[in-house]
Amino acid sequence: MPEAILALTDITVQFGALKAVNQVSLSLMAGERRAVLGPNGAGKTTLFNAITGAIFPNAGRVMWEGGEITRMSPQRRAHRGVARTFQITNLFGQLSVAENMRLAARGLSASKFALFGQDRLSAAQSAQVAAALAMSGLAGQEAVIVKTMSYGEQRQLEVAMALVGTPRLLLLDEPAAGLSPSERGRLAEIIRNLPRDLTLVLIEHDMDLALALVDSVTVMQNGQVIVEASPSEIRTNALVQDVYLGKPHEVRLSDAPTY
Amino acid sequence: MMLSRPYALAGAAFLACVPLVLPSYYVSVATQILIFSVLTMSIDVLAGFTGRTPLCFGAIFGTSAYVVLYTFSVFGWPWPLAMICGVLGASLLALLFAALAVRTSGVYFLLLTLALGLIVWGICLRWTPVTGGENGLRTELRQSLGLSARGLYACVALVVGVVTFAMWRFVRSPFGLTLRGIKEGEGRMASLGYDVPLHLTIAFTAAGFFAGIAGVLYAVFNDFVSPSTVQLAQSVSGLLMAIVGGIGTLFGGFVGAFVIIALEQAVSSVTERWPMVLGLTFIAIMIFAPEGVIGKARLLLTKSHNIDPDGVGR
Repeated sequence: MPEAILALTDITVQFGALKAVNQVSLSLMAGERRAVLGPNGAGKTTLFNAITGAIFPNAGRVMWEGGEITRMSPQRRAHRGVARTFQITNLFGQLSVAENMRLAARGLSASKFALFGQDRLSAAQSAQVAAALAMSGLAGQEAVIVKTMSYGEQRQLEVAMALVGTPRLLLLDEPAAGLSPSERGRLAEIIRNLPRDLTLVLIEHDMDLALALVDSVTVMQNGQVIVEASPSEIRTNALVQDVYLGKPHEVRLSDAPTY
Repeated sequence: MMLSRPYALAGAAFLACVPLVLPSYYVSVATQILIFSVLTMSIDVLAGFTGRTPLCFGAIFGTSAYVVLYTFSVFGWPWPLAMICGVLGASLLALLFAALAVRTSGVYFLLLTLALGLIVWGICLRWTPVTGGENGLRTELRQSLGLSARGLYACVALVVGVVTFAMWRFVRSPFGLTLRGIKEGEGRMASLGYDVPLHLTIAFTAAGFFAGIAGVLYAVFNDFVSPSTVQLAQSVSGLLMAIVGGIGTLFGGFVGAFVIIALEQAVSSVTERWPMVLGLTFIAIMIFAPEGVIGKARLLLTKSHNIDPDGVGR
């Protein structure tokens, strides 16, 4: 069996008496796309934060590409090829798309310390930015001030900024939350067309969207993993229907999109 | 974000002509305005671009002046060396303050830097053998340079021009962009691979370096430094100038320093209640133009071009 590229072993995160994540183990192969599903309070975001380094687990280990990163700061993880998007969009709203992308592009290079230089990217960085914007459907929007963009476009920019450093692991935290159906469709298309060698972890409330995009699914409840299976098995799994939806999937609206 | 080039050049040309037309008393006031413009812009580098508002820059500025006058008069060092030491002293002090303060933000940063500034003031007041205590240090640096009021203005204007250009380059550089990123979202910057405390430390030290240059100019201009130069009121008035000119506008420093110092000159000849007038002025600014004079002007300009400056939101 090939070695996992991302391996979480017995991760426990405690907030006071509450075990938000309780002895969760998870492993992903290189290029695998995994969704983490579960009702509110299941511990998805806490687990996600343990992978990004936003919080450190109380117990357990996080291994990435063969090295331990359990207690490594987010910025050092970024240098190891780990990128994330944020659930609550916290882009640099007062800055333009181009400036946001410049910050994203320089995060991993020494050019960010140019104290008196011209604020321009190198040719290689410009190419990366152009590619990331194209992949995220934002080509030609460089001059737009971010806070004036629609919510959907801001989500696309989230993805573009995470992509620009050519990460090897991309963590998407509810990328479609709060989007209109058409915006969701566009975002799903963007995620589907990401490079196949990029390992992906997706937290998402919209089950249909998530299942259409991933190779495997982890379902959590009360801080623990209850099911790990393929999307097609999840669709028919009675336990998942029970805990996640509370009831069988109901009649779809006629104008509901297909992803 | 910035004033456009023609405005900046017109401003520079205007400032260069000032000593040709004004009587020497006003030339001296104009010199003071230029010096405090640099202090104000150095505060704006931190307050306006990183979002960290410091209350210790009077102390950094004054420390530079102390070092210059002490090394010149007591050690008898040549003036260029004394000036370099002044700037170095201010930069090192800023580095020390940064190491202690950059991990805090908001009101905690404000209070911590306030406390650090007070420590400097306390030292200057009590360490009498070195600082001269309340009597301060008096030298003949300016005399030995042989500068008239107009000559001094010309020298100061030249230095201020160069320093202003350097600060403008600094905030418009790739590094300056990282500071604006930090102001907008620190967590995001960390996840993009930025070491936020390191960037803030560099910015703080650079701002201290610029404030140190202002301190050197002040030492020459005043030939005297006392604890009142490093006291809290100095830090506060520098910050007020930055706010009056417009936080985050950089060149607003000139406007802020001009408004406050010119007002002080005008009011002092009429009443002794300058602090009260200053307080009322500040309240008026906060109510009618919280974005400062330059910020307000820019806002009016964008409005007249029919662009919504706040954007359309979501």
